[in-house]
Amino acid sequence: MKQKDIAALLDEPACSHNKKSKSGCARPKPGASAGGCAFDGAQIALLPIADVAHIVHGPIACAGSSWDNRGTRSSGPTLYRIGMTTDLTEQDVIMGRSEKRLFLSIKQAVEDHAPAAVFVYNTCVPALIGDDIEAVCKAASSRWDVPVVPVDAAGFYGTKNLGNRIAGETMVKYVCGTREPDALPSGAVADGVTVHDIALIGEYNIAGELWHVLPLLDELGLRVLCTLSGDARYREVQTMHRSQVNMMVCSKAMINVARKLQEAFDTPWFEGSFYGVQDVSQALRDIARLIDDADLSARTERLIAREEARIDIQLQPWRERLQGKKVLLYTGGVKSWSIISALQDLGMQVVATGTKKSTEEDKARIRELMGEDARMIEDGNPRALLDIVRDNGVDILIAGGRNMYTALKARVPFLDINQEREFGYAGYQGMVELARQLTLTVESPVWSAVRAAAPWRGAPAADASSLSKAG
Amino acid sequence: MADINKRNKALSVSPLKASQTIGAALAFLGFRRAIPMLHGSQGCTAFGKVFFVRHFREPIPLQTTAMDQVSSVMGSEDNVVTGLKTLCSKSRPALIGVPTTALAETQGADVNMAVKQFRRSCPEFDDVAVVALSAPDFSGSLEIGFANATKAVIEALVPVAAEAGTQPGRRRRQVNVLVNASLTPGDIEELKDLIEMFGLRPLIVPDLSDSLDGHLTDADFSPLTIGGTPVEELRSAGDALATLVIGRSMGGAADALHARTGVPDHRIDHLMGLHAGDQLIAVLHALSGEPVPEKIERQRAQLQDVMLDTHFMLGMARIAIAAEADLMHAFVDLLNGMGAETVAAVAPSNTALLKDVGCAAVKIGDLEDLEQLARANAAELLIGNSHAVDTARRLGVPMIRAGFPQYDHLGGYQRTWIGYRGTRQTVFEMANLLLELEKGEIKPYHSVLAQKPEYRQEENHVSAAASSRSRQQH
Repeated sequence: MKQKDIAALLDEPACSHNKKSKSGCARPKPGASAGGCAFDGAQIALLPIADVAHIVHGPIACAGSSWDNRGTRSSGPTLYRIGMTTDLTEQDVIMGRSEKRLFLSIKQAVEDHAPAAVFVYNTCVPALIGDDIEAVCKAASSRWDVPVVPVDAAGFYGTKNLGNRIAGETMVKYVCGTREPDALPSGAVADGVTVHDIALIGEYNIAGELWHVLPLLDELGLRVLCTLSGDARYREVQTMHRSQVNMMVCSKAMINVARKLQEAFDTPWFEGSFYGVQDVSQALRDIARLIDDADLSARTERLIAREEARIDIQLQPWRERLQGKKVLLYTGGVKSWSIISALQDLGMQVVATGTKKSTEEDKARIRELMGEDARMIEDGNPRALLDIVRDNGVDILIAGGRNMYTALKARVPFLDINQEREFGYAGYQGMVELARQLTLTVESPVWSAVRAAAPWRGAPAADASSLSKAG
Repeated sequence: MADINKRNKALSVSPLKASQTIGAALAFLGFRRAIPMLHGSQGCTAFGKVFFVRHFREPIPLQTTAMDQVSSVMGSEDNVVTGLKTLCSKSRPALIGVPTTALAETQGADVNMAVKQFRRSCPEFDDVAVVALSAPDFSGSLEIGFANATKAVIEALVPVAAEAGTQPGRRRRQVNVLVNASLTPGDIEELKDLIEMFGLRPLIVPDLSDSLDGHLTDADFSPLTIGGTPVEELRSAGDALATLVIGRSMGGAADALHARTGVPDHRIDHLMGLHAGDQLIAVLHALSGEPVPEKIERQRAQLQDVMLDTHFMLGMARIAIAAEADLMHAFVDLLNGMGAETVAAVAPSNTALLKDVGCAAVKIGDLEDLEQLARANAAELLIGNSHAVDTARRLGVPMIRAGFPQYDHLGGYQRTWIGYRGTRQTVFEMANLLLELEKGEIKPYHSVLAQKPEYRQEENHVSAAASSRSRQQH
């Protein structure tokens, strides 16, 4: 990928980070960086497309260290779960055989797995030695009559966030608009209901949580043409351009997709979240509003009223157990404010939240939810997080999996909210699971067990006294 | 505090219980050059032998008084005497254990009188210790038989301090250890290691880790146990610094030992989990005056770390357990410490300990009871012996094998459950099994509107199958 293409991707007019020079898509700092590379971002963004053969073109570490990361779920094909890599050898690199190996790899994938399409992910080494993966993909595609899409996101191009964008860009460039949507199945919806087509961008069906939401959309007569990319099929991505409204789910990572689809097809889009009762309701309302169908809006309100009442009853017992518990929220890609409202729904008190990736609007929204003196954390290094936990008598830290063992080692209850998690929290029903998981860890007896000193020791263990409730 | 729900049906289906007789025999197998001789019919022993052979995968020395029709009616004391004479002359054991069976008890056999008769008639075998006890299988269960046999051995072979001149603490490094039936040979090995790390010398009673740990010996055959607590060592129990008692079931044996020797004892209910491990180490630390070895401190910290890592899976997990009281108590304590919930607990027989088990209720019953309770209470993981494998399969839940017997797996006898290290492995295993359940899994939802052709193929397939069925009917 050329430097100017990367620069173009980094310049994202729809992103409010664009206005400030240093936030968001900053360059990684040697010796003080955490987080994935562009390849990681691209792969994670597209891997959930279930009927595609995802081939990682590079030496073993790229795929070897990342495949079979089981967050996302498919309702059908499981091809995406099979790790595929060209596993380049030293000789391939020295002798320039890597393109040929890639070509044959595509052949093998097509012949053995009959994929709907093949995605080829570039990595640092072939990018460095100058493999022309676009040409290989083109040749392979015409040779075996299967779409072969080059995803040129070598790690050194930039951050994980950039990789997300490259992935989105690739879909818009190569896939969207290559097929018209299927005709509606007959009798699928009640008489008098008009079906509207929508798309969800940046929804990865983590732990299958989208399945909490889809029944509601079905009920409203909203056909999800495509989710980019949770439980998606290649043929769905092809039709995404026909969506009447695009929802950017919880993350700005693929905002370029929404913007480009708006530019090219005039599709309105909005940012929303399926986390928390209020947010789910709001998302449904926004969809109806942008589609501008009075009947849909009326039906949406009825559904919201019914679901909110139903879930309120289910949440009540959990609320009693979680009431007043203090939370420190340090989320990565998932918007802090959407989780804040979810936690407040449960009667919990959010003492501080991470805002490293938040925009000014996000921050305004956070102040609205948490009050003017809301504590925002820009720098979420582990030490700083633990200090806040200790100083505020925090009951639980909610963060991405990367911080999990930091918390556990410091004997702090923790809830994982990243894509590796095992539980789906989206939708009204997801809130019950969230409440259950929060209660599970907060009330666990292991905390007192690990904080108590061994009986043959006079003084309590290192961090224990300072973290105990009395402290 | 658990409510005890007693047996309320006539038929025991998929029984959980192993007999008291078998338990007594097991205890005798923990002494060196010993052999148990069950006072009953041949079948009592034959079944017991198969039970142990399949569990330990070892040859098991086990004999029978072979009561037949005549002796069952006319009196069986002669069978005991003859049996003892035969064993003594053939292999001259150090100890013969004679637990009775329900058959002998029902008949009204006086086994102690028979032993006296043997002593009178065969003074040449005075060096062979003979310990008889009443262990009918119509009461109690394996755990109780094991404890009672240990107690009987103590009463027979540990001399009273005043007569033998033993003095508590004369052997400054010796600790007597009474272990209950739930400790595997692997557990006992671990326990010995821990004790030795404090510079103490354990005298384990009975020591299955020395006899049934599964080791090859130079001799190709032995009619007697090839290891275990040396019988003559029991005489030194009165000189020990202290006695460590593991398990509530061993209370009677501990009382007997204390009454005879005056050696102070420390009683610990079980050795599973952080707290139990702490109790043990604290006692050893206090007894020895030695600092807690760094290695043990490290193991403790490792366990704590694992508790944190696994509480996500074990928290609120719903566990069903079928086990004898001591083992159940240990597991339930461990599970409670992890935030898991014991939703179904079945014990084969009632003991005083069960009401203290940390779950809502304990049912005295069988594996059918367990299955019903586990199903009604939506258990997610089952802990039980090999008989419970089918129960688990029918319930569709994973299981952990623990207790007696374990015949469909290898190495159950050698598994280490106790101490920080053993607990760590247990917790790992449980967490992994729970992970495999994929509890967070949300059922895939098939949108009727979706552009996913395979959904419609499935529908077509289903309707095609339905129509082909209807065609066949016509």
